[in-house]
Amino acid sequence: MIEIRFHGRGGQGAVTSVELLALAAIEEGKYAQGFPSFGPERRGAPVLAFSRVDDKPIKLRCKIVKPDVVVVLDASLLAIQKPANDLKEGGIIILNTNKSAAEIRQEYGYTHTLALVDANKVAREVLGVPIVNTTMIGALLRATGVVQVETMEPPLKERFGPLAVKNFNALKVAYEQTTIEERRS
Amino acid sequence: MMAHKKRVGMEVSIAVSHAVQLARAEAIAAYPITPQTHIVEHLSSLVANGDLEAEFVTVESEHSAMSACIGMSAAGVRTYTATSSQGLALMNEIVFITSAMRLPIVMTVANRALSGPLSIWNDHSDIMAARDIGWIQIFTENGQEAFDHSIMAFKIAEDHRVLLPTIVNLDGFILTHVVEAHEMMDQKTVDRFLPEFKPYHKLDPQKPVTMGAFAMPELFTECKMAHQMALTNSYGPILEVWQEWGKLTGRHYQPVETYRTEGAKVIIMMMGSLGQVAEVAVDAMRDQGIPVGLVKIRLWRPFPFADLRAALAGAEIVVVCDRALSLGGAAGPVLAEVRSAMYPLAVKPQILGYTVGLGGRDVQPEAFEELVRHAQAEVKQGPSQEYYIYGVRG
Repeated sequence: MIEIRFHGRGGQGAVTSVELLALAAIEEGKYAQGFPSFGPERRGAPVLAFSRVDDKPIKLRCKIVKPDVVVVLDASLLAIQKPANDLKEGGIIILNTNKSAAEIRQEYGYTHTLALVDANKVAREVLGVPIVNTTMIGALLRATGVVQVETMEPPLKERFGPLAVKNFNALKVAYEQTTIEERRS
Repeated sequence: MMAHKKRVGMEVSIAVSHAVQLARAEAIAAYPITPQTHIVEHLSSLVANGDLEAEFVTVESEHSAMSACIGMSAAGVRTYTATSSQGLALMNEIVFITSAMRLPIVMTVANRALSGPLSIWNDHSDIMAARDIGWIQIFTENGQEAFDHSIMAFKIAEDHRVLLPTIVNLDGFILTHVVEAHEMMDQKTVDRFLPEFKPYHKLDPQKPVTMGAFAMPELFTECKMAHQMALTNSYGPILEVWQEWGKLTGRHYQPVETYRTEGAKVIIMMMGSLGQVAEVAVDAMRDQGIPVGLVKIRLWRPFPFADLRAALAGAEIVVVCDRALSLGGAAGPVLAEVRSAMYPLAVKPQILGYTVGLGGRDVQPEAFEELVRHAQAEVKQGPSQEYYIYGVRG
């Protein structure tokens, strides 16, 4: 089982991300959960969303407190939520940033594997709005391969209708542009 | 062997609304805003788009929702509603009348805390406040079960040997707001399983009857006795429906479910979605050689006394988890029931009660390992409290 935790701000689409990911994984014949950190939604407030994917039925019905992967939609949350604090040994931090891996490591002291993409830039250029959820799924798929890129297309179409094409393009551009730097021992 | 069916991803609430659609509900009345789930929202879309031929009545409160359901069911149509927390509380006056009138309405309750303090999150305090309303009450622990029981509930409720309204409980948020995998059913299969609703009696101007009349003291007790007998006797037909479903789908349901209870000295108990989390904990403890098992109550009303006693036979310690609190009492509602069921037995286990997961408090599998250790220590030294609240900060 892979456990993925999304860190975002209300309105950035973290919940949509985990839902789309679950739909794609189930479409591939896997078992999956996608759910929010339940609460009153407030735009701009820090939010969490959770995703589990496995080859067998998933029994856990609790928050993810020891993730394999964290996806951070907004770099300003690194200092507030400290998303990597409870990351599993060998876990991956996937980050929306225009900084280099060296800069991030220096700033936050991370030793984990880093997958970085300037999702704000990709989203602005491809979608025309700085909403990075689908873009960051591209980075997640590049770093983990949790589902195939192509499998994301049907749930995107279902959710976004005519806007799905742009979202799928943003996902693919981010997939290409994501840089991965292995963990430091 | 059952043919492998393709699993479909969707939010559990949406899966429940599709179950209601497949059951061909003919009348739905619901209060459409908080505390409501996507269940009736999606049903209203299905009706508006012509995908479900039903009368959908949006009302101004849950009190009115149940009142409208009573009217529609009495007129002889298959009737459904859904609610949650304060909504069920506001319905309270009417739900007793529904069951006394023997109207086979099906209701989903997305279990959530009752305020105050104001909370929107999950626990079982809503349904426990409605424990004695005389409805059949079933608990589910994942999306598939919620889907399955939402269809089966109509067949149970409408059986002429039963004729009782039925609640299908599923944990609010923890189940209702999760996207997960479901095996869906096709309309033909459901139609064969669940025939058209044939009311035992209905409001008909050609054949006038009185429904919901008052009862003089000479009759009231007898009415209650009849109701009690009907609810108790619904046990057999409930099992028949679940067995038929098991043959049809390969998914088998029991009034009391057991998990790894062979040789178990300690048994953990609960209802609802915590059961799956506890399975993970039981596996971990069994790996460490601790003889722990799990007993889950699926059928809360009518209470399956004999099944429970059989499931707990041989246990030395029973750890009962309640997701509700009986304020000022000596136990949570499930604990009280379990103790009362076991008391007449000559040989009985030590039964300890813990309230866990109130108002959305997250419960990790490790919690159950802690509970087992705590219960073992308490039994050794003699229980220090009537019951315990797990994880409460001082």
